[in-house]
Amino acid sequence: MPHNQEQSGNTPILSVSDLNLHYGDAHALKNINLDMARHQVTAFIGPSGCGKSTLLRCFNRMNDLVESARVDGSIRFNGDEINASSTDVISLRRRIGMVFQQSNPFPKSIYENIVYGLRIAGVTDKATLDKTVERSLKSAAIWNEVKDRLNDSALGLSGGQAQRICIARAIAVNPEIILMDEPCSALDPISTLKIEELIEELKSEYTIVIVTHNMQQAARVSDVTAFFYLGELIEAGGTRKIFTNPEKKQTEDYITGRFG
Amino acid sequence: MKMFWKTGEPYVLATGAALAIILVMSLTLVGVVMTNGLGYFWPRTLVQFELKDGSRALGQIMQQEKNPTDGSRRFQLKVGNRDILGQDFRWIDKKEVISRTNPADAILLERREHGNFFGFLQGVTAEGLKLSNTTPYETLQQALQLVSAKLDGTRKIRQNMSNLNTTAERLRLKLLKLEYGGREKNAAEIGEITAVRDKILAEFTALNDQYSAGQAEIGRITAQFTDVTGAGKDIALVNIVTLQRPNSMSFFAKCGAYLERVRELLLDDPRESNTEGGLFPAIFGTVMMVLLMSVFSLPFGVVAAIYLREYAKDGLMTRMVRIAVNNLAGVPSIVYGVFGLGFFVYGIGGSIDSLFFPERLPTPTFGTGGILWASLTLALLTVPVVIVATEESLASIPKGIREGSLALGATKFQTLTKNLLPMATPGIMTGLILSMARAAGEVAPLMIVGVVKLAPALPFDTTFPFFHMDRKFMHLGFHIYDVGFQSPNVEAAKPMVFVTTLLLLAIVIVASSSAIYLRNRMRSKYTTSTF
Repeated sequence: MPHNQEQSGNTPILSVSDLNLHYGDAHALKNINLDMARHQVTAFIGPSGCGKSTLLRCFNRMNDLVESARVDGSIRFNGDEINASSTDVISLRRRIGMVFQQSNPFPKSIYENIVYGLRIAGVTDKATLDKTVERSLKSAAIWNEVKDRLNDSALGLSGGQAQRICIARAIAVNPEIILMDEPCSALDPISTLKIEELIEELKSEYTIVIVTHNMQQAARVSDVTAFFYLGELIEAGGTRKIFTNPEKKQTEDYITGRFG
Repeated sequence: MKMFWKTGEPYVLATGAALAIILVMSLTLVGVVMTNGLGYFWPRTLVQFELKDGSRALGQIMQQEKNPTDGSRRFQLKVGNRDILGQDFRWIDKKEVISRTNPADAILLERREHGNFFGFLQGVTAEGLKLSNTTPYETLQQALQLVSAKLDGTRKIRQNMSNLNTTAERLRLKLLKLEYGGREKNAAEIGEITAVRDKILAEFTALNDQYSAGQAEIGRITAQFTDVTGAGKDIALVNIVTLQRPNSMSFFAKCGAYLERVRELLLDDPRESNTEGGLFPAIFGTVMMVLLMSVFSLPFGVVAAIYLREYAKDGLMTRMVRIAVNNLAGVPSIVYGVFGLGFFVYGIGGSIDSLFFPERLPTPTFGTGGILWASLTLALLTVPVVIVATEESLASIPKGIREGSLALGATKFQTLTKNLLPMATPGIMTGLILSMARAAGEVAPLMIVGVVKLAPALPFDTTFPFFHMDRKFMHLGFHIYDVGFQSPNVEAAKPMVFVTTLLLLAIVIVASSSAIYLRNRMRSKYTTSTF
């Protein structure tokens, strides 16, 4: 597989072409073609059930867990085919991290939560682990809040803090892409604001794909927006253009709140 | 009125009532067992009755009731002296009684044979014992102490004899093995071992003579008693287990006697076909069997549940297995007993015998009931409980934990060991608690795979290999059945049944509460977050 064009700035880091996904008989994604650029925030918007989360979960092969799911078509990550049976799913998931809608800290200490990805990868060096914890927590803008209680259970944190711990946990394994599946939908406005600021900062190091129901959020944080409807990609483009001057009528209707 | 039904208030009341009924029933059960069991060891007053027909009776009042024929009150008197009177109990009508006294010098003897003796002390014949001249009662107490010291001496001889016997038996088995391997081929070795064995046997005989002489000498030390009718009775001091004058004991002396009996119950061997004495072998057998059972059923159950829940594809096969497992929990336990006898004892045990101990046949080693087979049979009986509990607790772990772990690049196995199993542990412990309680109380299957009325030795001792898995053992549940319903003297054994029941309940409660304590500690560690 070609690795040569990997680092050049304008080639897409993720490239979806002719992707179809079926859950049993239901056709959940229909002929999706979409490129995502490096160090950019791409937002997926659309009404519930339009397939945006499903597409997101295709990127790190989380749909493998759904027995009835069947994927056709191609997704290339740095030019490598993700859907190939030869793909090492473990290392793929290490390079494409994910943050879920419901924050899901493990019932362990904050420290152990952050180093989980490293430990399962076999890292045991205490200094490396300590350094990673500090770096990840600082990147996730939560270091000051938890630095004195790293050994306390992560279950005692508030929803917003827990979600940032989950982001820090994803950052700890140094992924190239962070997938975010409605990361703020269960959070209060202040926590949401913090996460949005965080996304803005993380952009410089990581590529971010975010699914959101919140149109303002998409407008605030993303560089590119893709609008999905009933399993189809209706329109994708620069966020400003999508929100001010969409090409398709459906997009305009959704954004202006006429349906969805 | 319609509103009243709509609010659901009556249903709430009904649920409360159902709970109350269950509580009352279980508390009554525990209460009955406690009142009957706890009072048994308290030294009761010895009451002497003068009756209208001129006779007298001495004993402990066990209960009072209305005589069903004429409606007068009557007492049930435990008169003891089974060797003289033929039975332990008699009924005395209140209207027959002229006088009732509590003679201060009335004596209660617990004997090794024939149950209790109630009567009066006359004197002590103690050849070869130096006794200071005080009252007969104090003399007897002194003599008893000296006798028990002498008995310790003979006990040491007995221990040596038993050690010699073990060695001789081991040599005998070695001889058998050699002869089985070819008499001519191993002739030299056989001769050697036979010589050693003969020497040991000679030593054994010498010790045995010494032992019998000692026993005979001690047996000549007797005390003279009279029963309530005035007839004399000589009793050897070796036959006396405890000596009491309950009517002149202070409250604290009675407490002391009570605690001494409790100690005996917990730490001593049974006497008189299990109706008297201690329960130590049964307690030990029950606990060891339950622990062994957990060692077998816990890992098997957990592993099976993990496969069913995490790895097996959800299809017809999985569903059938799940139904089968659930139904397995409902199979009558005696069926497991029969299966255990056929499969473990005769099948596996028989094969082990013919492979590893052919020289001992037809005497079975593993091909007969034993604690290993009993534990395995019960493990089979309780494994469905563990499987169901483990499956349930794995299923109740939020999806987010699995996805979170997998999304970080963990394999399924890492997710399982690092996250799911620790979180499922409280649920698994619940399953273990239930299965332990069930195993401790199960009797029917045990009767055919290794429990006996009286086991000659504990399944654990100081001779190699320490855990003797092939040995038969005693069990509290079987003890209840045996003492309560198979004993020659059911009335006298009745309190023992309650005491044993109480002990069994206590063991189950102790085992469960320690497991519950562990579970709660884990639960507080692994509770999932809430929004």
